[in-house]
Amino acid sequence: MDLEYTAEERAFRDEVRNFLRKELPDDIAAKVAAGKELAKADMERWHAMLNARGWLAATWPQEHGGPGWSAVQRHIFSEECALHDAPRLVPFGLTMLGPVVIRFGTQAQKQEILPRILDGRDWWCQGFSEPDAGSDLASLRTRAVRDGDVYVVNGQKTWTTLGQHANRIFCLVRTSTEGNPQAGISFLLIDLDTPGVEVRPIRLIDGGCEVNEVFFTDVGVPASNLVGEENQGWTIAKYLLTHERTNIAGIGFSTKDLARYHALAATMRRDGRRLSENPLYAARAAELEADLEALRITNLRLLATARDGAAAGIGSSLLKIKGTQIRQDLQSLFRSVLGPLAAPDANGLADAELAVPADAARAAAAYFNHRKLSIFGGSNEIQRNIVAKQLFGD
Amino acid sequence: MDFTLSEERRLLSESLRRYFSDNYDLARRNAHANGAPYHAASVWSDLAGLGVMGGFVSEADGGFGGGAAVVAVIFEEIGRALCAEPLLGTLMGVRLLAGFGRHDLVEAIVSGESRAALAVVEPQVACNLDAIEAQARQAGDGWLLSGRKSAVYGAPGADLLLVAARSEAGIGLFLVRDAELAATSMIDGGGVADIVMEGLPAECLAADALPAIDDVLDLGRIALGAEAVGAMDRLIEMTIDYVRQRRQFGRALSSFQELRHRVVDMVMELEQCRSIIIRAAASFGTPDQARHAAMAKNLIGRMGPRIAEEAIQLHGGIGMTWEYPVSHYAKRLVMIDHQLGDRHDHALRLAAMPRGAEAA
Repeated sequence: MDLEYTAEERAFRDEVRNFLRKELPDDIAAKVAAGKELAKADMERWHAMLNARGWLAATWPQEHGGPGWSAVQRHIFSEECALHDAPRLVPFGLTMLGPVVIRFGTQAQKQEILPRILDGRDWWCQGFSEPDAGSDLASLRTRAVRDGDVYVVNGQKTWTTLGQHANRIFCLVRTSTEGNPQAGISFLLIDLDTPGVEVRPIRLIDGGCEVNEVFFTDVGVPASNLVGEENQGWTIAKYLLTHERTNIAGIGFSTKDLARYHALAATMRRDGRRLSENPLYAARAAELEADLEALRITNLRLLATARDGAAAGIGSSLLKIKGTQIRQDLQSLFRSVLGPLAAPDANGLADAELAVPADAARAAAAYFNHRKLSIFGGSNEIQRNIVAKQLFGD
Repeated sequence: MDFTLSEERRLLSESLRRYFSDNYDLARRNAHANGAPYHAASVWSDLAGLGVMGGFVSEADGGFGGGAAVVAVIFEEIGRALCAEPLLGTLMGVRLLAGFGRHDLVEAIVSGESRAALAVVEPQVACNLDAIEAQARQAGDGWLLSGRKSAVYGAPGADLLLVAARSEAGIGLFLVRDAELAATSMIDGGGVADIVMEGLPAECLAADALPAIDDVLDLGRIALGAEAVGAMDRLIEMTIDYVRQRRQFGRALSSFQELRHRVVDMVMELEQCRSIIIRAAASFGTPDQARHAAMAKNLIGRMGPRIAEEAIQLHGGIGMTWEYPVSHYAKRLVMIDHQLGDRHDHALRLAAMPRGAEAA
């Protein structure tokens, strides 16, 4: 039994660290550290820098422009990026659509779509959820009716993350009402500038607008934009949702947040003593640290299982549930350290006026924002259903 | 990184599991665990024959194991079988005796002839050695101990009693061969004793033994955690079987989503506990030893009782009965939290330690 990374993996980690220390722009890292919303240009700048380094599409095979990393290397890269306050890469093109096109797309689709994801010409967003189909995607209703060389699309998508920045959307659409609900779904690519498409932002609990509604009214989509066979969308969606899970536990984010908490608790005073010396807070932080250390090892165990060729099985669901619980618990702790100081409206917060560091002043907003973690990506209840199915063999 | 068990450890684990499944059912276990002498001499010598005590110390010290990972493998099987033999005190005792060069006594333990118990706990001391009040004073060639030790696991019938007491040099460790014990069995089976010492003659192993005792307590915490992992694993297996078979309102309990989700959470927490024991065992003997042992004891202390409570609840009334194994596993899991410092002790210990390099 050996918990350490191999010499090659450690060398890789050092290479990633050096790159991040030298190349990650300070202004972008400062925004990430403070929990500020990034401008589209910030995200595009970082995307282009990673593309130039050949490190952008971590999960793609080398022939399509991926770096050829192992699952462990991808995990190390994600962890280091979080620890150095690199922006999260927008996953929709890179870790969702890209692998789907590589696996199910035609030669023409691969040639057209993949290079445009890498060089940033296309910003994809995801059109899966609908008002009546959140985690229960089988009940989606957006219709695509074949008419010669086009599909005519009508319906509504929702929770479309960063759709306001995107120019293209990959959608699950209903192409048949025959058979069971899963059987009539197709995977369709749509240009957002097609007439009849409307993107409307949704203001969220923390005041920010990171998700959108997308409406389709008689939108004509070339039939060549269908990925895979008609009515094969359910299979493709399942592949997309389960195929890449090396970063699902969010170890790097939690590690960084715990360090932020400790830095803050060492300076904040309550009832005349440092918060870090308050036994109640110290114990809460210590227990979270134990939870996180256990999850770090659980994650490595599952990566080792995947590397050895065994199916990860229930592992990625367990990582998602526990990882998001820990991240949410950390946000609760962070918020409670500051009390009312944590609660200014995050929008329009002027740094000069703050009595506490900017990341701390956004603690309540971040706490509310992080409630999403156990809802999106297949809610934690859906993850429990997946695990239960395996445990009970039904 | 590599999480596979070495061939040697896998074989040890398999032979122990086979031994318990062939020789140690719940009825036999309970017959031994709940009345004097609170264990079975024949099981003890069988375990010695299988190499259990030899696994507690290195070859250099007269055994054939000694690493924390081997100890964890052994105790996981102890936990799965709900074995009530007093192995923890013997583990900690044999390590201390080896550390202080008492190879004659180590040999007797490895062969199964001797049993040791470690007396640290006092009515006011759970895991903080600095608070020990028992006194040791020199008298001629020997030493005399006074004070009281409580809840000394495995003391009934142990021929080697190692007592931590305050000497002029610090917290020392003393060997007592013959003491009057107030013995009793515990709710989770197995014997403990209180020892009232009023000028009790003892041999001094070390007048200042604090680092050695600290060390061996960390190893004991890893062993207890691994025992809990084994017990949780078995308890969850039983719960899954029960929930799948038991029918209520015309359908299997396993068809109720609320119950399914609770079982999933039990499995998830078990995997977390398994991970933290792997972490702590790998850190034993490194600068992170105390931190990771404290994390392990804290996490196990939170999750063990929770899984015990959930298993009882999901079994309904049957989980409350003496006859059904669930109740005995549940009691052991809860009591493990109370041994060698509980979740609260270890959360505060952890909070007081310097933080690890990986967070920097």
